[in-house]
Formats: sequence, C-alpha cells, structure tokens
Amino acid sequence: MSEKIKHFPGEELKARDIREGKVPAVKHRPRIRYLWSAGIAMSRFLEGLKKGKIVASTCEKCGRIMVPPRAFCEECFKSVDGYTSVKDTGTINTWSVSYVAGDASRIKEPILVAVIDIDGASKGMGLLHILGEIDDWKQIKFGMQVKAVWKPPEERTGAITDIKYFKPLKEG
Amino acid sequence: MFGKKRVAVIGAGMTLFRRNLKETGKELAWHASKMALDQAGLEPRDIQSVVMGTAPDAFDGVHMKGEYLADGAGAWRKPYSRVFVGGGTGVFVIDAGWWHVASGQFDTCLVVAEEKMSSCYPHPAYAFTTIFDPIYSRPLGVTLIWIFALEMHRYMHRHGIKKEEIALVSVKNKRNALDHPCAQLGANITVEDVLNSEIMCWPVQRLDISPTSDGAAALVLASEDVAKKLTDNPVWIDGTGWCIDTTFWTNRDLYYPKYVQCAAQMAYKMAGIKNPPKEIDVAEVYDPFDYKELHHMEGLMLARKGQAPKLTADGVTQRDGDLPINPSGGLLGVGNPIAAAGLMKCCEIFWQLRGEAGKRQVKGDPRTGLAQAWGDLMQYGSVVIMRS
Repeated sequence: MSEKIKHFPGEELKARDIREGKVPAVKHRPRIRYLWSAGIAMSRFLEGLKKGKIVASTCEKCGRIMVPPRAFCEECFKSVDGYTSVKDTGTINTWSVSYVAGDASRIKEPILVAVIDIDGASKGMGLLHILGEIDDWKQIKFGMQVKAVWKPPEERTGAITDIKYFKPLKEG
Repeated sequence: MFGKKRVAVIGAGMTLFRRNLKETGKELAWHASKMALDQAGLEPRDIQSVVMGTAPDAFDGVHMKGEYLADGAGAWRKPYSRVFVGGGTGVFVIDAGWWHVASGQFDTCLVVAEEKMSSCYPHPAYAFTTIFDPIYSRPLGVTLIWIFALEMHRYMHRHGIKKEEIALVSVKNKRNALDHPCAQLGANITVEDVLNSEIMCWPVQRLDISPTSDGAAALVLASEDVAKKLTDNPVWIDGTGWCIDTTFWTNRDLYYPKYVQCAAQMAYKMAGIKNPPKEIDVAEVYDPFDYKELHHMEGLMLARKGQAPKLTADGVTQRDGDLPINPSGGLLGVGNPIAAAGLMKCCEIFWQLRGEAGKRQVKGDPRTGLAQAWGDLMQYGSVVIMRS
C-alpha cells in the first residue's frame, strides 16, 4: 500500500456472524456429479491393477518406461509404443504425514503419504500413494524400499485403491 | 525493445486482505480498480482494455467468474478477458496486460485480480481437492497440503535443510507485514513459535502456511507516450516471463522448480539482466509456504541451489539487507487471496520503486524489482521485472 493512500477499503466480517445468520447471506449446495471415462492409457492401468499389476507405457524414441502410463509421450509428442508391467516395489522419493483431511478438518490417525519411484520404470517415475504397516512415522526414511499390499482379487474394482498401501520391504 | 511499445505502470490499488470480507468479489474488484484509476488520474472511459485474473470458480461458486466480475473491473463494453493459471495468476495477469499494450493494440489496460475464498465453507481447502487427476490421484484422498509437504520434504532432504532455517522466512514475513496497512496476519513471532505450531502435514506446520483470504488488487498500465503525459515517475515493465511444466508432478524431482527458472530466464533476457542477485534490488517472491520463498529464490537464480536458507539466516533478505525479499510481508503476512495476492506483490514492487512504501520502504533507492508467482500442480511460474 502506498503511503499516499489513507483509506483501505474492505469491511471485515466474523465467520461466526455469517454462520449464525447475523448478516445477510445466501446458502447453496450444488448437485453436480461426474462419471469419468478413464481414457485410453488409464483404462489399461486400471485393468492392470485389477489383476495385481502396475502397468507402464513405453516410448521407443526416448526409451522411457512411464508410470502413470500415458497414451502419448509428452516429450516426443508421439503415440507410445506399448504397455508393459513393472514391479510392485519401489523406493520412497519423498514423504509426508497428514493430520488434515480434504476439508481442512483434523484427523487423529495420520495418513502417511509418499511419492514412490517404481522399480522397473525409468528413473524418477514416481507414483503417489499411501504407506502402511508403519508403527511410528519417524521410522520412514528417504530411499526406503517399499512393496505394494494389494486388496484380495475379489475386492478389487480396477482403481488406484486396489493397492491398499505400500509397506516397508524390510524391517528398519 | 520487446513489443511495439514500452509499457509503464502508472497506478495501483488494493483492498484489505481478510479471512472474511463483507463485500462481494465484484465489490472488492471495484474498490481496487477505482483506487488504481484514482492513483493514475484516469477515468474508466480512459481505459481501452481490461484483464481480470481470478483463480478457481469453485471458491466463489459462480462459474463464468470472469463475466461475473467484469463490471467490478469497469470492463463493460470493452475488450476484456480473464486469465487463470492457478496460483500463478496474480503475476501472469500483469504479463497478460503487458502484451495488450506492448502489441500496440491499446494505449491503456486495467489489470485486476480478485479472490473471495470465504464463500466456500466450512473451508476453501475443499475446493482445491477438485484440481487433481480424477483417475489415479483423487481416490487416494489427495489434498493440496499433501503435495506441498512432499515438495518441501524433498527440498529439505536434497540440500540437508533444517526446519529452523525455513521458519526464519515466516518470522521475517509476518514481521514485515506489521507495517502493511492491509495485512491480515502481521505478527511478531519466533522460530520456536513456528516449530511448536500444530503439525498439519509433516514437515508443514501451521505457521509455515499462509492464510486463506478475501481481497482484490489492481494496476493501471499505459504506453510510454500516454504514461509520460500522466506522471513524472512511471514504473516500466521491462521483463515478463511465464512457463508451465508437465502435470505428471510425481515424475519430476520436486527439489527444484525448473519452470520458474525458465520463466525467470525469459524475463531476464528481455530486461537485459545478466546477474540477477546483483541487478535485482528488491523482490516479491511467491511465499504461500515459508519454504516456497527459498525454493523460488533458487528457481529465480537469486540464490544458488540450496543456498537461499543461508542468505536468509545472514539477514540478506531482510528489508535492510542487500537483497530484500518480500518487504510487503508476502502471502504469509499480508494474506493469500490467490490471484489478488500475486498482484499485491506487483503493487508492492510498484510502490517500492516509486519510493512510496512508507515504513516498508527498502533502503538505497531501488531501481529494479521483481515479482513472481507460482501455481497449478507445482508446475507454473510467472515473473515480471519492473524498473523505475
């Protein structure tokens, strides 16, 4: 703000005053629902998950094996050359511990979050997922080896959550 | 020279930044626009084009938000557009305004940014959950704070940076904001306060994060010939840059924002800047989280990779330091109404270069300033360089 300006517009409200109806306000909750077709590449990925496999796509031009798989290589801007299964193990690239839910409300049991570089895919091809079978989050380490824990086949629906979580491959 | 015409900033305005404001988004946009026009000595009829920057429609709950806000920016029956590049919007909007005038098509452009986050309740954070890929990300319950915690942690790990070093940014910016009359969260806090604040998503704690806010900001741009008739001290837009990286953010090494570097290089090249830390006198660097100021200083090449914490600890980035960063108080202190927060940074550089920043004025008659914003899925950088 410039020192030449002496008036600062804006009238502050207390959140409580709005919620308790002390100031004029209008409420609305939209009813909008979505049903997304998973698309060319992600349909392969979801079908793979149902069978207990992580599917990657390959580009022969740049040589990359890509997770999540895509229908076109964004670097070479051409169709991928095929799809392949990679391992369901990987390395923790980065991690965090969430005590906050999507609506900013607080949760007691934290969600352990990680980007996992998947074995068998090109270097740095990470997947976002959650970690489990860890008693104390201070045990999580960068570079830790982890392995997918799958839902039983009959419970899988073809979703990223068919992997329940990734667990440490070895103790410590 | 880039473009057909040199472009100046000749007026700036902003509203209070607060968690809840009574005004609608349109009313806030009007306040900021009116103030900027008054400062420039212009009437709405003098404005030939208008660019509005505002972030997700989901905050206001009004789709076609650009159209909804148009009257508040005095845009009716004028060439008008809305730009939106996530958190990067607030600086991209001045980049977009620049090309309106630099192209020679218009002599004046009013640049406005508005955000009213409080309409989405109980917390606007929920609106952010709809920015993620619906197939492979959303079913995991991913939130915005997860991905920033993952980025912060990677940055800390790669360079061996401690939380204490990062907390200094929050301490500095909230203190700077005590001198900003529109600030929401100016405060005297300590590193200990940050380290003892609630753990939100480790390593992010409550005092590492900027608040959610309502607010608006605006700037008036004019071509050189028009600007020189209206003011003796125009501030020139000498560099603009913007860049996006791939949406596959888990396939990038998050320790370094390469897309910010690309945007900065574009702006430096245009402004003829060869040695950014020596040639930039004051910078408003995007700081929705304290680590982001450091991360962005490195992306902007104002610090070498991993060295921004040391500059901060040495006091270089204080208002009286050699390279003042966020003298306004930044998003951490002034507040974070997304698009308006980025444009607030451009306003601050304008006031600093005109010597009008009062108690916030940095030492040594600054001539060259930079503002930067960042957004989308940790993939967008926007930069502007101004000279007095």
